[in-house]
Amino acid sequence: MMAPLFSSKLLIVLIFGTLFGLILGVLPGLGPTTGGALILPFTMTLDPLSAIVLLTSIYCAGTYGGAITAVLINTPGTPAAAATCLDGYPLAQKGEAGRALGMATVSSTVGGIFSVIVLVFFAPVLAQLAYEFGQPEYFALAIFGLTMLASIGEGSPIKNLIAGAFGILISTIGKDFMTSIDRFTYGINELSVGIGFIPVVVGLFAISEMLTQSTLLDQVFKRVALKAVKLPSLDDYKKTWKTILRSSGIGSFIGVLPAEGGTVASLIGYSEAKRFSKEPEEFGKGSIEGIAGAEAANNAATGGAMVPTLALGIPGSATTAVILTGLIIHGVRPGPDLFREQPDFLYGIFGAMLIANVLFFIFGFFGAKLFARITLVPNKILWPMIFAVSVCGTYSLSQSIIDVWIMLFFGVLGFFMRRFGFSVVPVIIGLILGELVEGTLRQSLVIFDGNWLMFLTRPIALTFFILSLIALAFPLLRSKKQKK
Amino acid sequence: MNNVRNKKRANKSLPFFFKDEFKVFFVIIFVSTILLVTTFTFDKVPPILNRGIQPATFPKGLLVLIMFLTAIIYYLSFKNPWKKEKKLPKPFFLTILSFILFIIISKTLDFFLAISVLSIFVSYNWGEKRIFYLLLVGILFPLVVFIFFEMILGLRFPPGIITNLYYY
Repeated sequence: MMAPLFSSKLLIVLIFGTLFGLILGVLPGLGPTTGGALILPFTMTLDPLSAIVLLTSIYCAGTYGGAITAVLINTPGTPAAAATCLDGYPLAQKGEAGRALGMATVSSTVGGIFSVIVLVFFAPVLAQLAYEFGQPEYFALAIFGLTMLASIGEGSPIKNLIAGAFGILISTIGKDFMTSIDRFTYGINELSVGIGFIPVVVGLFAISEMLTQSTLLDQVFKRVALKAVKLPSLDDYKKTWKTILRSSGIGSFIGVLPAEGGTVASLIGYSEAKRFSKEPEEFGKGSIEGIAGAEAANNAATGGAMVPTLALGIPGSATTAVILTGLIIHGVRPGPDLFREQPDFLYGIFGAMLIANVLFFIFGFFGAKLFARITLVPNKILWPMIFAVSVCGTYSLSQSIIDVWIMLFFGVLGFFMRRFGFSVVPVIIGLILGELVEGTLRQSLVIFDGNWLMFLTRPIALTFFILSLIALAFPLLRSKKQKK
Repeated sequence: MNNVRNKKRANKSLPFFFKDEFKVFFVIIFVSTILLVTTFTFDKVPPILNRGIQPATFPKGLLVLIMFLTAIIYYLSFKNPWKKEKKLPKPFFLTILSFILFIIISKTLDFFLAISVLSIFVSYNWGEKRIFYLLLVGILFPLVVFIFFEMILGLRFPPGIITNLYYY
């Protein structure tokens, strides 16, 4: 599994990716999704394996990096670390920042490695199953993925559905891929090729965050001093090992579902840790179990989210959507054939994720204090720099100034979407699934001679439709239960 | 608790068209309607070439779905009014203004110059008054990024009054 990684070039890429991911994770507002999108143009200079190793190491380390700022300044570096703030910061305020970060580092590493094991065993099984899938099954699967976003994604389920449908709508801009008829191009030639993924991602994540930061200039962070990261004590391990294992399982499972990956996983991991704890009253006041529950879950979601990405070509999270784009750009087609034709490539990715988890443990353990200092860079310096990189990165992919303007448009749109409670993640997932949804629907209708009811005669497709209905009903049932 | 009540009261006292719920509903429905009308202008494929459905059918379905779901969230907002958002501060509008400036300068003068102007403009309006740091974000950093992209990726930036000095 590790053999492809024993080259100095790949190890350098891996180390760079881990360090870069940590920096992105530490900086509030940035994260592995934005970072991955920004670095995507640079991967063009690399071979496919190095490019994907770079993106996956950024994903693993970036997810962990959010915990450092969550513990030290009570601001999650990434949304996935939001639950870590609840106990990480109170524990740090008690003078135990080193212990809190030590637990976050250990549980993140265990969660991450656990999820890679899940990936290694589960992805080939899923890929094998995918051989049974025809166009109707893929259509039903994509619909299931989108309804899951509504069901367990953050925020209002209906708003998530609107955002997902909007993402698919964006994918219809340009020439219809089956008939070459222009749609929503309004006579603009550049729009005929459609709207690129990178301008939308960079706009929705980086530029909208820049606008959000412009509204938070008076915000003052209270930093907690950190002497050194401490490994958890034997008592801490005794207290948390069950929580870490449970959250690793939860995170891996949530990751496999196409939703908001680590963010949802950490919230569920945290609430389950509280439910099973012998000291639930300590949660929110600096519980070590709370930190372990949230951190193991969010890092476990990384490997889980790679399962449908590699096996089916359906992203499990926003960051895996960027990785999926990276795969496509480099001519690698995810799906069952990838497992049969390029096993070395896949083992390279699995091995890279495993090593990235070990690397961020080492860097996090010895360098958390240094990484925390990155947050001292003031926003008034940092964000104009991020803007410059965003603009050049977006321009570079197809050397089109229109792409830069599209990026700015989606930046403003993303800001208002977030302000009014619409998550931007479903837009990304919808955009990347859009062609699959429309293509498989139309091809299915050709197979079925236009008879929509024929979908119900395909058992796998029918199962996914039933699961989609359950996913749509789930938020309703949940809110009724909460009211009771 | 009192704060929540006050917020709800403040929101209730506004005429319906000033409320966020209505503004969002109106904008989505308005834009979706325009797009829906546009779909009727798409070319139709003759039946012999048509694969499954007409190219306009799928976007039409999506737009109707979006409008339907938007109507539901507006209806639900009568029962659960949205939290009232704070007014946007001046730096936000200045940042938006900088985007407009960026588009104008990049289109008419120079791409690199547009990045520099935006960087200095944003940094200054976000509170950075020290010349050294303004030059750092406005000139030095964009220059490094420019050269990096140009050399590593072999990228050719669009021509302009400054970029041309580099290329010729």
